[in-house]
Amino acid sequence: MTEPIIEAHGIEKSYPQPDGTRVQVVGPTDLAVEPGKIVALLGPSGCGKSTLLRILSGLSQPSSGNLVWHGKPLDGQTPNVAIVFQSFALFPWLTVLENVEAPLEARGVAAVERRKRALRTLDTVGLDGFETAYPKELSGGMKQRVGFARALVVEPEVLFMDEPFSALDVLTAENLRNELLELWLSKKMPTSAIFIVTHNIEESVILADRILVLGRNPARIRTDFNVKLHQPRDRKSARFVELVDYIYKVMTEPDLEHTLPDAETTAEIVIPAGGIPSGAAKKAEAPLRTARYQMLPHARVGGIAGLMELLHDRGGREDLFRLSEDLVMNVEDLLPIVEACALLGFAILKEGDVQIAPQGVIFADADIQRRKVLFREAALQYVTILKQIDSILRRKSDHSIPDEFFHDILDEHFAEDEVLRQLETATNWGRYAEIFDYDKKTGRLVLTEQTPAESPAESPTTIAASGSGSGSGTTSGSRAG
Amino acid sequence: MKKSTTLRGFSAYRLWTQLPRLEVSYLPDLLMFATGLALFYGVVTVGRTWFGPFTPQVEISRSPWMLPVYAGYSLLRITLAYVLSLIFTMVYGYIAAYNPRAERFMIPLLDVLQSIPVLSFLPGVMLAMVALFPGRQLGLEAGAILLIFTGQVWNMAFSFYASLKSIPKEMREAARIYRFSWWQRFIEMELPFSAIGLVWNSMMSVAGGWFFLMACEMFVLGARDFRLPGLGSYLQTAASAGDTRSILWGVATMIAVIVLLDQFVWRPVIAWAEKFKVEQVESTDAPRSWVLNLIQHSPGLAGIRKKTLTPLREKLMCHFARQHSTEEGEQLSTWKVWLLRALAVVLLLGVGYGVVNVIKDLRGLQASELRELGTGLGATFLRVNLALLIGAFWTIPAGVAIGFNPRLARIAQPLAQIAASVPATALFPVVLLLLIRVGGGLGLGSLVLLLLGTQWYILFNVIAGAMAIPTDLKECCNVFRLHGLERWKKLILPGIFPYLITGLVTASGGAWNASIVAEYFHFKGHIYTTPGLGATISQATDSGNFDLLLISTIVMAAMVVTVNRLVWRRLYALAETRFRLEM
Repeated sequence: MTEPIIEAHGIEKSYPQPDGTRVQVVGPTDLAVEPGKIVALLGPSGCGKSTLLRILSGLSQPSSGNLVWHGKPLDGQTPNVAIVFQSFALFPWLTVLENVEAPLEARGVAAVERRKRALRTLDTVGLDGFETAYPKELSGGMKQRVGFARALVVEPEVLFMDEPFSALDVLTAENLRNELLELWLSKKMPTSAIFIVTHNIEESVILADRILVLGRNPARIRTDFNVKLHQPRDRKSARFVELVDYIYKVMTEPDLEHTLPDAETTAEIVIPAGGIPSGAAKKAEAPLRTARYQMLPHARVGGIAGLMELLHDRGGREDLFRLSEDLVMNVEDLLPIVEACALLGFAILKEGDVQIAPQGVIFADADIQRRKVLFREAALQYVTILKQIDSILRRKSDHSIPDEFFHDILDEHFAEDEVLRQLETATNWGRYAEIFDYDKKTGRLVLTEQTPAESPAESPTTIAASGSGSGSGTTSGSRAG
Repeated sequence: MKKSTTLRGFSAYRLWTQLPRLEVSYLPDLLMFATGLALFYGVVTVGRTWFGPFTPQVEISRSPWMLPVYAGYSLLRITLAYVLSLIFTMVYGYIAAYNPRAERFMIPLLDVLQSIPVLSFLPGVMLAMVALFPGRQLGLEAGAILLIFTGQVWNMAFSFYASLKSIPKEMREAARIYRFSWWQRFIEMELPFSAIGLVWNSMMSVAGGWFFLMACEMFVLGARDFRLPGLGSYLQTAASAGDTRSILWGVATMIAVIVLLDQFVWRPVIAWAEKFKVEQVESTDAPRSWVLNLIQHSPGLAGIRKKTLTPLREKLMCHFARQHSTEEGEQLSTWKVWLLRALAVVLLLGVGYGVVNVIKDLRGLQASELRELGTGLGATFLRVNLALLIGAFWTIPAGVAIGFNPRLARIAQPLAQIAASVPATALFPVVLLLLIRVGGGLGLGSLVLLLLGTQWYILFNVIAGAMAIPTDLKECCNVFRLHGLERWKKLILPGIFPYLITGLVTASGGAWNASIVAEYFHFKGHIYTTPGLGATISQATDSGNFDLLLISTIVMAAMVVTVNRLVWRRLYALAETRFRLEM
């Protein structure tokens, strides 16, 4: 085995909170980037994979643990790396050529040499003829090519990519991905390793020699394996599908052990240098965070209802991978909906399949008003934050409380922007279930007086509007009283 | 038939391609050469007067022939003040954006400084500058330039700071991962990113400079009477003498200078700054400027640029890149840390000393002065808000009409822009002359002046707001037969709300500041005044009553900051959240 370029030992990242506690975004993680390999880091949105990329590339410092490059610590030096960004991050006021020349300028390369190297790189990524264009004249795919050229021109030892294809449409992404792979396989790329962060499972299986799947809150490696399929890989082959299915299972059912497909031909688990499997490390640390707060998947009520109807129509059980293919949806978008259904007891996740539960069948058959009642019952039974909000609102004499209160509760468990997203999802669900109203002007949650069964029938399009209207009415009423 | 048209088209095309080439190759170079000569002459003339002996009271001639010279002097002062503002802006904005500890003090301080009227800086700045360059005209000039500077700088600094703060995270990361030196970061990322905001704020600032020109070039300070040759002092002299013809000459010159500036400076700059727009797609109608075309197509200039700027840029870039790569981290050495701490302590001590002295001074004020201050505050408050109300009352319907009707907009917008660029103070003598003839006093006149100075901000923003209302919403209103009052309530007012607030905030700030020139005026040898905080400040400057000047300035600054915090900022937040049009 060759010596790794980057090795991370027990790196963690946490952010201090105003109240003095710290929220952990990345849990203790060991990983290594070896020469000659494409490493893919997979994980659900907001799980800290981009943070991990920034630590590995030297952009951000880990809160603890250490990072070594070729066996030596970094000591504040920037290693020779490049990043391809999701948003391209090009300078719109520089031409394509100037954008690619800028990193060389920063290294003090003389003008003639600079131009020569930039032009050669632009030629490699298929951009000759566009040298004097400004980025805004280019399509998304062309912009990302400039991003690639800018990264490759410095001949980085490791090329980092942060969701490089997710801002592009499906066809453009496919095309660019293939070209990247071609450059890599024909050794035309001046880099010795690629580290790509993605939420697209198929993308990772197509590209990577090694895949790490990250769990969230805080980020921690769930599985780490080498892919043994030969390039070019066939999406339709049974082994490919098997591997994709396995990753789905790991991502949807994190608490269960899953067995990797055939180690000889498809993939093999990576055993870290220390000899301890990553699973053992995970178990040893679990007691440290006993009271972990329930995390809401960010799904809309409409999405949940839609999935239930679809499952019901299709006979009640569906393979997740097939479902995402049929719906032309990313896992990133599908997974939260599936998780929400499971959380509410409407569906059961089993071995990469989703199975509708008895409650889900009732829900799918119900009319608009009845659905609200069912959703409310499920929410008050299974969703911690909604349970808390309901009981607190009932106990308060004016049945209302500022949303900052719950903000503070969640603050102890999640990072700042995640708190906001958690609250947003909780508010959406709670409003739909008519557990409470939310008055945006005053920022207060107010207990809904009527139960949904008694409320007069409304058409679905007016629910949101009338909800907020009655919300402000109750606030002013309770204030006067 | 078809053939002949294409043929004619072709020959016309050939003519067209040949003619401009002749023009383009010689004309720009000739023009540039002439400009260079004129600039040289100007530098020599200015140098002779500025380094000449101290003459606080230059005789201001009312001959129209002197106007070009006076306009030149005024223009030079405004330009120098602007350059100073730009340098200050960069330094202040940079520190505030990158040093979180400094940011906490610097941004509120900017808020307060912004609310202090220009004239309140006058005595301190003038006396300090005259003392700094004894026996030279330079002191007086430097004072006037600094005064104009205090009227221009704050909004520019704020804009630069806000731009720096809003650079996208990934763009910053790109600059870091590709090891940009601070210089490259500044030239290739920070400066371009803030360019558009800086350009628009520069235009506003320079317009503000013209507004206060009269006050900055000719003033009485206690027993001393200061006069500098310039357009502002010309207008004021003409106004004092009641010489209508000279006033009109002066106003015409000022308008001419402003239009020329617009054509030769702002338009090219705006057209050039277009490339700094951070947008994903190209806009269809980008602003153009013929002057910019000339400059970009001048072979002579291109040659000079190639010999001077390009190698210089290259050298600087390489120098800083080398320096950056040898730097070990970004640790400050210990002695630098201690130096900074010592500086902070000295600064704090200075602030403390100042506060103690202010309190000591204020105890010497008499009860009658305080009473006057109170009524003045009330009067100016009413006047400013009345001006805003009247301004809003006519500009909202007018702006909406213009914004909804593209044909009207094409005619009205350039006209309104010219009207807005004429400083109200220059028109004031004319307005006052009319009012005196009709029989009104300065009470009404000050209102007219405030209105003249501030209504444009509201008008332009309302037009922009009305244009931004999506067509489908308008059509939706037609479908539901919403007309008249209902249409205003449901569509137009909510639609223009964020823009209206932006306009009103700017107008309110401008009106408070303008009250000092609006409420107190030398005209035909008389002093016309109307009770108000602005009048108190002007009067205190004139009579050299520094205690009164200090307290009235503090009161005005406090008032402006309070109104901003309590009213405008809240409305702004409301506009940002509830009335934002997101599709």
